[in-house]
Amino acid sequence: MRLTCPICGLEVDVPDDVISGEVVEHDCGAVLEVVMDGSSMALRPLDGVQEDWGE
Amino acid sequence: MIGVGVAYDIVRWEEKAILEALKGVGAEVRPIHLTTAVFTLPEDEGQIPEVVLERSVSHSVAVESASLFEGLGARVINSSKALAVSTDKVRTASVLRACGIPAPITGVAFSPESALKLASIIGYPVVIKPVNGSWGRMVALARDEEELRAIIEHRRYLPGINSRVYLIQEFVRKPGRDLRVFVVGEEVPVAIYRVSDHWITNTARGGRAERVRVSDELRDLALRAAEAVGGEVLGVDILEHPERGYLVNEVNGVTEFKNTVRVTGVRLHEMIARYAVSVARR
Repeated sequence: MRLTCPICGLEVDVPDDVISGEVVEHDCGAVLEVVMDGSSMALRPLDGVQEDWGE
Repeated sequence: MIGVGVAYDIVRWEEKAILEALKGVGAEVRPIHLTTAVFTLPEDEGQIPEVVLERSVSHSVAVESASLFEGLGARVINSSKALAVSTDKVRTASVLRACGIPAPITGVAFSPESALKLASIIGYPVVIKPVNGSWGRMVALARDEEELRAIIEHRRYLPGINSRVYLIQEFVRKPGRDLRVFVVGEEVPVAIYRVSDHWITNTARGGRAERVRVSDELRDLALRAAEAVGGEVLGVDILEHPERGYLVNEVNGVTEFKNTVRVTGVRLHEMIARYAVSVARR
C-alpha cells in the first residue's frame, strides 16, 4: 500500500496488513503514524514520547 | 468465537505479537486504536468485545479507556482500578505497604521544603522520582542536600501538576541488577535480571536482560504484589537489598516484554492471549 507523507509529500510504502497506530519512518526523516481515515489509511506525524508514556 | 479487543495507541512489538497470538488461539480479534476511535455511553454498550486487553502506552489513556470499556460492559485486563494503582508510584507504594509486601522506604512531600526534610529523615543518598512515568525517565539520584536542592529547583519549573509531588525513596545498593518478574493470571512464567553498570537498570535505558530462575520466594512475592494492585498481567520490578532481601519497587500494568521473549524464548504474548481467551470463556 502506498500512502502520502504529510511532511514531504512523497509516497511511503507500508505493508498491506498495516493497522492504525503503527509507526513508520520515512526516508525524509519523518516519523509517521498510520491512522484510519474514514475507510482508508493515512499518515500523520508522530507526536513523540509523551510525559505519561511508559509501562 | 471468543471476541477479544486489544486497546492501544501506539503499536509496539508487544501489541503486534499479542494480536498475532490471539489469532493463533482462535479469538475474534478487534484492534482498538484509541486515538482514532470514539465511544459513547451507553450507546456503544455491547459493541465492544467481552474481553479487552488494555495496552495503551499513555498511562492516562490506559486508565481512562479501561474505565470506559468497563462502563460498556467489557472485562478489561488489567482493570481500570489496577491501572490507576500501577501507573501511580505513590498509590503502588501505599497498597504494597497495606498488604505487608516488602518495598523500599518511600516518602511523599508536597513542597520543596518538605521534600528536603523528608530526604534528611530517609537519609542520603535518596532517589527522587515522578509519581507517573516510566522507562527510568526523570528519576534522579541525590547524594546530598545540595544535589537534591538542585533537582527540586529544576522540577519546580517543569510543567505538569505531578512535578509538585515529591516522591523520595531510599537508594537501594543493588548488585548491578534488578529483577523483572512477569505475572499472567495465577502464573509466574518467567523472570529476568536487568543488568547494568548504571544504577538505573531499565532495558529502555540500556539494561541487559538475562534469564533468572523463578524461585518459590520470587513467585510468591510477585503474586502477592499482583494481588495488592489487583492486576492480572503485570511486570513486577524487584530490587535485591543487601540485608533485607527482595523489595518490590514498581508494578507495571502495561508491561513490555520484547527483550524477555528474545532472551528467554518464553512466549509471553501467547500466554497473555490464552489467558484473555480463558477469561472470556468463564
